[in-house]
This record gives sequence, structure tokens and C-alpha cells, in this order.
Amino acid sequence: MKIYDLGKVTVGLVIFFLVFTFPLYYNMGKATPPPEPNIQTEAIAAMSEPVCVENTEYMRANHMKLLNEWRTSVVRNSNRAYPAFTGVRYEMSLSNTCMECHSNKEKFCDSCHNYAGVSPYCWECHLQPKEMK
Amino acid sequence: MNFLTSVIVSLIAVGAVLVVGTIGGAVPALHPLFGVVIPLLALAVFILGFIWKVLSWAKSPVPFSIATTCGQQKSLPWIKPDKLENPSSKWHVVGRMALEILTFRSLFRNTKMQLDSQGPRIAYGWELWLWVAALAFHYAFLTVVIRHLRFFLEPIPAPIQLLDALDGFLQIGLPGIIISGFVLFGAAGYLLFRRLAVSNVRYISLPADYFPLFLILSIAGTGLIMRYVVHVDIVAIRELTLGLASLHPSVPEGIGIFFFIHLFLVSVLLAYFPFSKLMHLGGIFMSPTRNLRGNSREFHHVNPWNPEVHLHTYEEYEDEFRDRMIEAGLPVDKMPADAADSAEKE
Ligand code: HEC
Ligand code: HEC
Ligand code: HEC
Repeated sequence: MKIYDLGKVTVGLVIFFLVFTFPLYYNMGKATPPPEPNIQTEAIAAMSEPVCVENTEYMRANHMKLLNEWRTSVVRNSNRAYPAFTGVRYEMSLSNTCMECHSNKEKFCDSCHNYAGVSPYCWECHLQPKEMK
Repeated sequence: MNFLTSVIVSLIAVGAVLVVGTIGGAVPALHPLFGVVIPLLALAVFILGFIWKVLSWAKSPVPFSIATTCGQQKSLPWIKPDKLENPSSKWHVVGRMALEILTFRSLFRNTKMQLDSQGPRIAYGWELWLWVAALAFHYAFLTVVIRHLRFFLEPIPAPIQLLDALDGFLQIGLPGIIISGFVLFGAAGYLLFRRLAVSNVRYISLPADYFPLFLILSIAGTGLIMRYVVHVDIVAIRELTLGLASLHPSVPEGIGIFFFIHLFLVSVLLAYFPFSKLMHLGGIFMSPTRNLRGNSREFHHVNPWNPEVHLHTYEEYEDEFRDRMIEAGLPVDKMPADAADSAEKE
């Protein structure tokens, strides 16, 4: 059967195809390895058993939620003590606690965040660790 | 179909999709199937189905200008034409199409009929909410889709990061609230509410209307849950999605179950798309009432496949029977002498 306006229809369909397959040729089939957050820091090396404030799996998906809880707790309830799952009590602080252990921000936090395309705006106010820079 | 049946049928259908997705997420052995095979197949069905559908539309001939307009068509020089409502040139058609696609002008003109408050008189009111909700819905959907490209592109292009930042400019909570997701869910919810609450819209609604709405609400819902309630491992998910987009499939462990439900819902949406009313994505470009010039006063459109009709005009009839008509005393247009004259001239 005849297809009317085949020229215009083809142009439209080619555009459609190129738009919806964009990621395929943008990535050009090259695989990108996922980030490997580096935990080689002095503070962590000094620990007998290197663990975070919660278990790693939880931290990986929920650290922003935890930071939010810390912030609310400190700013609204002025409660700065956080009992970690290991029983150790930590001070709830982004710069003084998280970044004490994870002082290699670029190789740790940023490696994931660059991969996931997020750029937390916390550092507009909070101090970043300087040692590893 | 009765409206309750339509709603229940659609709910059952979406419920089945949710159950299947949950099974796919709960059984690790099924992860390659639900994480890689089904999404890629769904994408193939979407693309091929879309092309097939558009080609099938292109097989319908549209010989006349059948533009539906609400503006003055170009005719005599002293009558002012409405160039966008009733475009007579190609570029004005492009303008009308662009405005239709980008701003939904046809919906903007939506009216509702009701009885006048002054008495039993019919009155037509301007009904803006459908247009508002439709715009919100479509632009939120577009924003969400573009934002999701960060999962499929490496490196992530700067415009996408910019859009992310704009979308999250409220900076409320962590992870920060992104506006488009809520707008999408809310607008789709309103469109569903309208379908159920307005009796004449409810009357013409079918499972084909409810099913896509429930499906999109579930997609948006699972997305919101993953972002704000049950957090998932974004890094692992990006490893999977980037694997899909670079055709190096990999299925890392530790991806939450909600992701697989979400992904399966999206796969169903993609595969269902070409066979549903959602094809208005392609259809809008193919609408003869929008994409044709309103030039039926400028040009005589002749149906190209009209059969040839053998005419026997009165003139020819008189030529044939003139003598006998005169004999019978019937009036004729031309007397025999004139007729011979004009035949000579020709
Ligand atoms: C006492 C030191 C310490 C503190 C304080 C600490 N971490 Fe950790 N964190 C670690 C160690 C050690 C690991 C690696 C655990 C492992 O590999 O199992 C880790 C792992 C993580 C991970 C997962 C990384 C991965 O490989 O997936 C994240 C995310 C994280 N931490 C974020 C934070 C944040 C945010 C804070 C502050 C709220 C914080 N950490 C506070 C020591 C710490
Ligand atoms: C506009 C500046 C600003 C920005 C941006 C900001 N904060 Fe804060 N934050 C503060 C101030 C001020 C305090 C109060 C410090 C105190 O009382 O010790 C605070 C306290 C906190 C605390 C508890 C106290 C401490 O020492 O850390 C946490 C946790 C925290 N912020 C996390 C975050 C995170 C996570 C982000 C990024 C998403 C962020 N903040 C962005 C200003 C900011
Ligand atoms: C295992 C990888 C990983 C590591 C390590 C990691 N993050 Fe994240 N982080 C993420 C991902 C992924 C997101 C974004 C999730 C999303 O987009 O929904 C995120 C989001 C955040 C957010 C919220 C940003 C927003 O605007 O919503 C904050 C704050 C944050 N991370 C802080 C940290 C800090 C501080 C560290 C280092 C101590 C850290 N993260 C280490 C993966 C990681």
C-alpha cells in the first residue's frame, strides 16, 4: 500500500529513533566501572575494626537521610550525641565526625557523587577536610 | 463498559503488573530477566511499534484540506485572515503545530456546558483546569524523563545537572525534594480525579483511559517511594542502567526490590505505548486537522481518485436533438444557424 508523504514521515521517524536511542550512541557501548569509595584514611586505619556509624549497606543508600536526622537533631533539639550501631557514641557533626574518618572527601564522597551526578551543597557552609588536598 | 468495571479491570491489570514486578525483584535469580532482558525487549517493542503505527497512519490518504479552525481563512485581500488559527502558508502551519505541541492550545479552548444560574438556559463556561493539569503533567513528565538520563549517560551532560539543580532548588530535606516528581504525581492524580468526578467524562472513559493513568501513577509512586521513603542503592542502580545503555549488561547485587517494580512498570508502559492512546505522542504530528493548510478558498482541491464521470451536458443534448426539438415545438437555446456558426468558430 502507498505511504503518503513518505519523505516527511521518514524524517520524523528518523528523529524519533535518534532521540530514543540517544544513550546507546552517546555512550558508544563503552562500559564505565562503578566507583570504589576509598577508605584509606588515618582515622580509619587507626580503628581496630573499620566500620561506619551504621552498617555499610545502610550507609550506602541512607547516609543522606542520616545526615538529615543529625542536622535536625542538632539544630532543632540541640542533641549532639549519636549512639552508633557498635555502641560507640559519636558527635553528630558533618565536618567533625563524618569528615574526620572520611577525610579523603575527593576519593570517597565525591567518587560516588560524581558517578551519580549529585553535588551536595553542604560545602557552601560546612568545612571540607583539607589534609588530603 | 460500566465505569466501575472499567476501573476495576484497570486496577486488576496494574495490580498484576505490580505483583509480577515484585516477584521479579524478590527472586534474585530473576534479576537478569527483569533488569536487562525485559527492559531491552520493551524498548524494542516501543521503537518498532511506534514506527509501525506511524507508517500505518501514513497509509491513509488525506487528499483535501480538512483543517479544523476557529479563525478567518485567507480569501479576498480586504478580509483579514487569522494566520495562526487558519494558516495558509507552510511556516504558519509550523507555528500552529509548535503552539499546539508546546502549549496545548486546543485544550486551552476547552469549554463546559452547564445551566445558567439565571434560569434554565444553557451556558458555556471556560474550563481551564484540564489545560493546566495537562500542561503540568506533560512538562513534569518530560522533566522527569530528562532527569533520568543521568542514569543512562556517561559522562552526565551539564544541562542535565543544571536541570537537576533547578528542579531541586527548594533544598528541603535530604535527599532534597525534587519538584517535578510531585507535580507529575499530583497532576496525574488530578486527571484521574477529573475522569471519575465529572459525570460526562466518566461516561466516556474506558479501561484504555484508566489503565495508563494507574500505570503512570504507580511509576511515579514507586519513584517517590524510592527517593524519599525506602532508599535504594543509587550507585548499584546506575551500574545496571548504564550497562543497559552501553549494551554491557551487568546486574549488581543489593538493588532494592522497589527498583525492579519501578523498572517493570516502565517496561510495561513502553511496550504498551504504541498500541494505546498514548500514541498521541506521534499522532499529534500526523493530525490532518492540525498539520494541513487552511487553503480551501485559495485552491480547488480535487479528489485525485475520483472516477472519471462521463458527462452529457445540456449543450451536447441539444446539439443531438435540436432538429427534433424544433419539430416538436420545444424551445431551444440556439437556432440551427447559430449552432453551425459556433461549431465553425470552434
Ligand atoms: C569512625 C569512622 C567513621 C565515621 C565517623 C563515619 N564513617 Fe562512614 N565509613 C567508615 C568506614 C570504615 C566505612 C567502610 C565500611 C566497610 O567497608 O564496610 C564507611 C563506609 C561509609 C559509606 C559506604 C561506602 C561504600 O563503600 O559503600 C558511606 C556512604 C559512609 N561511610 C558515609 C558516612 C557519613 C555520611 C558519615 C557521617 C554521618 C560517616 N560515614 C561517618 C568509617 C566512618
Ligand atoms: C547555609 C549554610 C549551610 C548549608 C548550605 C548547610 N548547612 Fe548544615 N549547618 C549549618 C549551620 C549554621 C549549622 C549549625 C551548626 C551548629 O550549631 O553546630 C549546621 C549544622 C549541621 C549539622 C549538625 C552539626 C554539625 O556540626 O554538623 C549537620 C549534620 C548538617 N548541618 C548537615 C548539613 C548537610 C548534610 C548539608 C548539605 C546537604 C548542610 N548541612 C548544608 C549551615 C549550613
Ligand atoms: C557509595 C557511594 C557514596 C558515598 C561513598 C557517599 N555518597 Fe553521598 N550520595 C550517594 C548517592 C548515590 C547520592 C544521591 C542519591 C540520589 O540522587 O537520590 C548521595 C547523596 C548525598 C547527599 C544528598 C544530596 C542531595 O542533594 O540530595 C548528601 C548530603 C551526601 N550524599 C553526603 C555524603 C557525604 C558527606 C559523603 C562522604 C562522607 C558521602 N555522601 C559519601 C552516594 C554516596
